[in-house]
Amino acid sequence: MLSRYRIILPVVSLAVLLAATFYMQPRAMSYFGLNLLFNLAVPIALATIAQMMIIMVNDIDLSLGAFVSLAACITATYLNDTPLLGVLILLGLVASYALMGAVIHTLDLPAIVVTLGMSFVWGGLALFILPTPGGAAPGWIRTLMTVKPALVPMAVLAAVLIALVTHLLVIRSRLGTVLRGVGGNARSIARAGWNVTVLKATAYGLAGLFGVLAGMALVGLTTSADANIALRYTLLSIAGVILGGGEFIGGKVSPVGAVIGALTLTLAASFLSFLRLSPDWQIGAQGAILILVLTARLLFSRRGAAA
Amino acid sequence: MKTLLTGAATLALLAGAVHAESHLVSTGDKRIALSNNYAGNSWRQAMLQTYEDTAAQAVADGVVAAGDAFTTSENQATEQAAQIQNMILQGYDAIVLNAASPTALNGAVKEACDAGVVVVSFDGIVTEPCAWRIAVDFAAMGKEEVDYLATRLPDGGNLLEIRGLAGVFVDDEISKGIHEGVAEHSQFEIVGSVHGDWAQDVAQKAVAGILPSLPEVVGVVTQGGDGYGAAQAFAAAGRPTPLIVLGNRQDELKWWAEQRDANGYETLSLSIAPGVASLAFWVAQQILAGEEVPKDLTVPFLKITQDDLDAALASTPEGSVANVSYSLEDAQGVIADAK
Repeated sequence: MLSRYRIILPVVSLAVLLAATFYMQPRAMSYFGLNLLFNLAVPIALATIAQMMIIMVNDIDLSLGAFVSLAACITATYLNDTPLLGVLILLGLVASYALMGAVIHTLDLPAIVVTLGMSFVWGGLALFILPTPGGAAPGWIRTLMTVKPALVPMAVLAAVLIALVTHLLVIRSRLGTVLRGVGGNARSIARAGWNVTVLKATAYGLAGLFGVLAGMALVGLTTSADANIALRYTLLSIAGVILGGGEFIGGKVSPVGAVIGALTLTLAASFLSFLRLSPDWQIGAQGAILILVLTARLLFSRRGAAA
Repeated sequence: MKTLLTGAATLALLAGAVHAESHLVSTGDKRIALSNNYAGNSWRQAMLQTYEDTAAQAVADGVVAAGDAFTTSENQATEQAAQIQNMILQGYDAIVLNAASPTALNGAVKEACDAGVVVVSFDGIVTEPCAWRIAVDFAAMGKEEVDYLATRLPDGGNLLEIRGLAGVFVDDEISKGIHEGVAEHSQFEIVGSVHGDWAQDVAQKAVAGILPSLPEVVGVVTQGGDGYGAAQAFAAAGRPTPLIVLGNRQDELKWWAEQRDANGYETLSLSIAPGVASLAFWVAQQILAGEEVPKDLTVPFLKITQDDLDAALASTPEGSVANVSYSLEDAQGVIADAK
């Protein structure tokens, strides 16, 4: 029963952490405060969705951080200076991700190895484009990321929007259902007449698309890029998917959960910093929060299975 | 009666002092935070220590209300951006910043400025115009080395250049300064150049490798952390020790003192003191106090000459780098120089 409502635990984790943060730092409980707390979670949420697309088809992407960095570098250079060329390059990146998915499936390669290898390719390209940190965010992205809508801060609005769109895409749409089916049982999907290579390429292509969006959103916040700007996103995105109730195999993912997972991870870091915990302990404490949530989930799902 | 008079005199003196500082406001209720991106080497450890000592003393003296130090757990710009945003939320009045990236934190720095927080970046500076920058003129440091050699070796000769880590901004800048200096003092010629990666062992290997192919070398220009290795390589090759400009590392100072005692060796040592964090702290305090401070300031180098060698060596812990803690007066001096 509970395992059907896998979204409950991420929501509860986020709510508890948010309450604790507000208690520690009442200043955060405002339009301005919420935006500051969560605006850097927007690119992480997009990257987490990208990772979720890959995990959805039973693979894992170790190149995502480098890929988002590369997208950020292109956004801060080509997309700003020569928008048309920039768009073409970014589309090319999405296409190369789709191709990577097709190759991984056709040659039956382990995704973990291919993506690890590709992370050096993306990293190298990013360094090639921006050997020293710099570039500038295109004005419209900067405007979009710093917009101050009435009532609800941009960061919250963006998170809701990302969750809603990807929920419709992955859970409600026909394509999303089949894609999750690839993760569940690729063979039966193939028997039903679907071309699994094309489906995997689609899943990877979607991951590439969200990875590019993450890079663009990040540059919108930072105003300029750096070839190493998002390296942390690889691990954050995997943790976000799992924290949000997703599973490594079986196509069991939750886009709403993934977005909440990304928010929770961002908030956990801020919370620990408000606690004035020494940085040496912070990584460990972040891991401890993760393990705590995962343990809770395991307990719930066991009990759910027994019931 | 006498005490009363003295009291009145003191009061008058105090009034005078207050009057002199009248355009400055008290910063006793202000809170300053340090946002640091990395703590993994001796230079950064010394930097954190100096900052904490300075801030603790300032808090004890009631100059500021808080001077907390934060270091990110991983040297990542996104993490530091989040850290800066958290500091805004925590209500700090000023942030002293050693940045992971000169550009990737600009968004967060802008948020801070918009929230009325003073941001002073140093060492790892940021390009966002609303922040203050305490920069290091590395090119001037390189040039100063050659200028010194010119005073010691007026006849000139061949120089060996030891560079830092390839592809790093600091390496390019120091080297640029050295070449400018050589262009100015035409009696010198750089006959060899190796990368020592700012590490004694790497420098020793690199110098040992190039030495057999070099003519007589009269001087070695370095970037810090490589002078001792170079000296070892010269000694191992059985060549006379040239004039090596050192970089304030403890092992270099110790070697210099040994050489001085043995044969009167004389040289110059210069580098950036990790105590620049305390300078940034005082600059932030001055800005909070209402002082007009130019956005771009330059850090003085810490120079050790033959006369200060013993004192510097005594105060530098083993494996560390010579340090100096800057005071409020030093900061005022730097600000005055920049005006």
